[in-house]
Amino acid sequence: MATIFDVLIIGGGVTGCCIARTLSKYAINIAVLEKDADIASGTTKANSGVVHAGYASSREYVRRNLCIRGNKLYTQAHEELNFPFIRNGSFVVALDDKQIKYLEEERKRGIEDGISGLELILDKEKISYMEPNLTDEVVGVLHAPTAGIVSPYELTFALAENAAMNGVSFFRNEKVKRISRQNYVFKVKTSSNEFKAHNIINAAGLYAAKISKMVGLDYFDIMPRKGEYILFDRNALHLNKILFPIPTKVSKGILVCPTIHGNTFVGPNAQNITDKKDIATTEAGLKEILDGSRMLVPNLPTRASIRNFAGLRAVPYNSISDKIGDFIIDNTDVYGFINVAGILSPGLTSCFAIAEKVEEFLKLLGLELKIKEDYNPIRPKPQRFKDFSKAELDEKIKEDPTWGRIICRCETIPEKEILDAIHAPVGARTVDGVKFRCRPGMGRCQGGFCRPRVIEILSRELYLPPEDITKRGEYTTFLVGKTKDRFIEITEREELE
Amino acid sequence: MKSYKSDVVIIGSGAAGLASAIEIKKEDLSVLIIERDKELGGITLQCIHNGFGLKEFQEELTGPEYIQRFINQVLDLKIPYLLDTMVIEITKDKLIYAVNNEEGLIEIQAKAIILAMGCRERTRGAINIPGFRPAGIYTAGQAQRFVNIEGYLPGNSYVILGSGDIGMIMARRLTWEGCEVKAVVEILPYVSGLLRNQVQCLEDYDIPLITSYTVTKIHGKDRVQGVTISKVDRNFDRIIGSEKFIECDTLLLSVGLIPENELTLNAGADLSKNGGPIVDNNLETTIEGVFACGNVLQVHDLVDLVSAEAQRAGKNAIEYINTRYGKDIPSQGKIKCIAGDNVNYIKPDFINREHLSQDVIFTFRVNFPDRRVQIQIKDEENNVIYKRKKVYVIPSEMVELKINFDKLETKIESDSIVIEVIPRPEVLIEEDEVL
Repeated sequence: MATIFDVLIIGGGVTGCCIARTLSKYAINIAVLEKDADIASGTTKANSGVVHAGYASSREYVRRNLCIRGNKLYTQAHEELNFPFIRNGSFVVALDDKQIKYLEEERKRGIEDGISGLELILDKEKISYMEPNLTDEVVGVLHAPTAGIVSPYELTFALAENAAMNGVSFFRNEKVKRISRQNYVFKVKTSSNEFKAHNIINAAGLYAAKISKMVGLDYFDIMPRKGEYILFDRNALHLNKILFPIPTKVSKGILVCPTIHGNTFVGPNAQNITDKKDIATTEAGLKEILDGSRMLVPNLPTRASIRNFAGLRAVPYNSISDKIGDFIIDNTDVYGFINVAGILSPGLTSCFAIAEKVEEFLKLLGLELKIKEDYNPIRPKPQRFKDFSKAELDEKIKEDPTWGRIICRCETIPEKEILDAIHAPVGARTVDGVKFRCRPGMGRCQGGFCRPRVIEILSRELYLPPEDITKRGEYTTFLVGKTKDRFIEITEREELE
Repeated sequence: MKSYKSDVVIIGSGAAGLASAIEIKKEDLSVLIIERDKELGGITLQCIHNGFGLKEFQEELTGPEYIQRFINQVLDLKIPYLLDTMVIEITKDKLIYAVNNEEGLIEIQAKAIILAMGCRERTRGAINIPGFRPAGIYTAGQAQRFVNIEGYLPGNSYVILGSGDIGMIMARRLTWEGCEVKAVVEILPYVSGLLRNQVQCLEDYDIPLITSYTVTKIHGKDRVQGVTISKVDRNFDRIIGSEKFIECDTLLLSVGLIPENELTLNAGADLSKNGGPIVDNNLETTIEGVFACGNVLQVHDLVDLVSAEAQRAGKNAIEYINTRYGKDIPSQGKIKCIAGDNVNYIKPDFINREHLSQDVIFTFRVNFPDRRVQIQIKDEENNVIYKRKKVYVIPSEMVELKINFDKLETKIESDSIVIEVIPRPEVLIEEDEVL
């Protein structure tokens, strides 16, 4: 590729896309490389989707301040980008008096650091009024009203769409193999292309250490830490608040949490593993999260579970600071190479603050950041069937009949929303891409009804035969061939014999 | 917005919807069928195997042949229908909102509604199988649609979890297509589908049936590469050390069906334990004038039974419109029907006292198989008011009883009755009962 990009971002997760969108207001040339078939398919896809208030990390970690700042930045971003987000507030639940003391200290520190609204509630009646499903064993809770829930992948799609609207180029299925540098130009060799750039931002998630080593920077490692989840059907349980137990050393514990779409999930546990592709759930893990979450909500609707899944946290070990688990955001010794690595929780909360930091680094590197005249920060809200009144619906279908053809019955998704997801900037190319953008297959039948129809639409819109439509990229095809083709193949062989 | 009026609106055009529509049209009431797919016929269209119609037509038909007889009647009777139309809301006042791409939003005022939406399949999530989430996991019905309707094969080598009827039928169907079915794995100690399917679909093709085993892990990061199966004990807990790996590229799930009652719930009707709406002996739900029949009420083993139930629902809807609609007729009270020993659920959930002089049809399933049993009905005082012998009961076969309570010796005084299946007090095999 002849273009020399001013900034090349490696990694299309929430961090990479947020940086891309933040920088897209400037008159510079930006590209994002993603190794998978779609953006938001690594750690971004499977996490709790909680926007933390920020009291949880200890003060010597940079992630504490980035989280507190990041939380505040969500308000404006939400107005501009129209992704699903609400501040429903969180409870950290104390089950004995000792834990109350701990919560009181957290509250004090949090308020000192500028987290608004933190409140220790000891009145059991008030607690149960605010969250009726919480266990009777509760002694007190730390209420953080600024905490919220977000759909992490829909946020990422919104960021990418807005970035693409403002000129950022996205390249998917581009796995970085090698990075070289000549005359202050990085050459990034991928599986099928070569990209040139003056500056590289390494936001490669679980593979950030690998990318960093490609330019000779070997000072940290990324260790995958698995977290498993169980998702319950919509309406199986109505939670108001995000419910945390008292955190442990390795994680914030197993939470019981509503999702932005009205489901409930429980999880995650925390298990250090070695294989960065091991996103398998385990029997022991699922039991662990069920047992753990019952401590907070005893009447879990276990029969209404619709899916279990696991995601990996990118846990960094920094050999310079000898710290485990703090973000590594460095303007490195390799001029123009910025590491944004080890973005584990609260990375989702911090993404806008992290992007601000990267912006500062680029200024320090001498990149001229001039705001474009035609920069448009608004990503229009995706139109949803469910949001329309009956009269609006009638109008919409008359305008465009694909509004009137329902493809997913569980979530009531019409063909139009799927077409929009495919034809959006950085649009869906896979069945999972459609599912995560507009939810067909997310409901209680898990695609039993809509999957053949989604494959049919993707096949038609992308001009690909149905056999080539994949779940999430190479090697994940759904269909192995046509019935009759196969029959002929066998009879021919038999005749030859 | 387009508005329609119809005496009866039927939601779903499968076996249940069509049979009830025909029944109503015979009485010369106006009726409208709403179907979400592009054709009439529902799921029966993809059931291209035979075994349909033995009761209804006394001949053996395939699913499409069976349903075509009903479709032909619908066309002959000029019953109106809307295709590719999704009902999005039903109100208590029997106002129905639906959408399609030609007419936009449609509003239909009905005097009576018959719910005939059928059922859906349970998924992997519902049974929480751990492991990876690769491509290559399908419900049996979804695979059936790919193979029989769309003409595509979802895989080359299969393990089928669950010995439900669709699973066993797909085992045979895929074998015919040259695919390899490695095993049908069933968590129960016995087959959960019909015996005839076990013989005709598995045994005739030497497909191994592995009972008391279940899939405990799914392997393969991108596409399924195999499954681990484990033996389970009586409490369905995995027996450690019994694991076996089976290589396959596809896992089919045939792990049960659930009545599809999202609309019913949103309309404000109450559901019972089996997932179907609570109905009285008229098949009328807790919303007056809204009836339910077919698999939306309870999952049936045979389509013939669905048609019969739907005809009853049709007749009852007619009776409702002709005698009760818009009138305030006081009820003489209801008798609650409770599932007792070895009864999983019972339909109807209530009997209207005013109907005790008529035949009441009970349908239920047992929890576990048993032989030489007595089916009995007791009142609140534990008086046995009805009993009947049966040679065997199995969960896969729905039991049907037809009782006229007024003709019984003991009259029901209490507000509830219990139906139970118990071992026969005296084990005497009568001649006509020998298997």
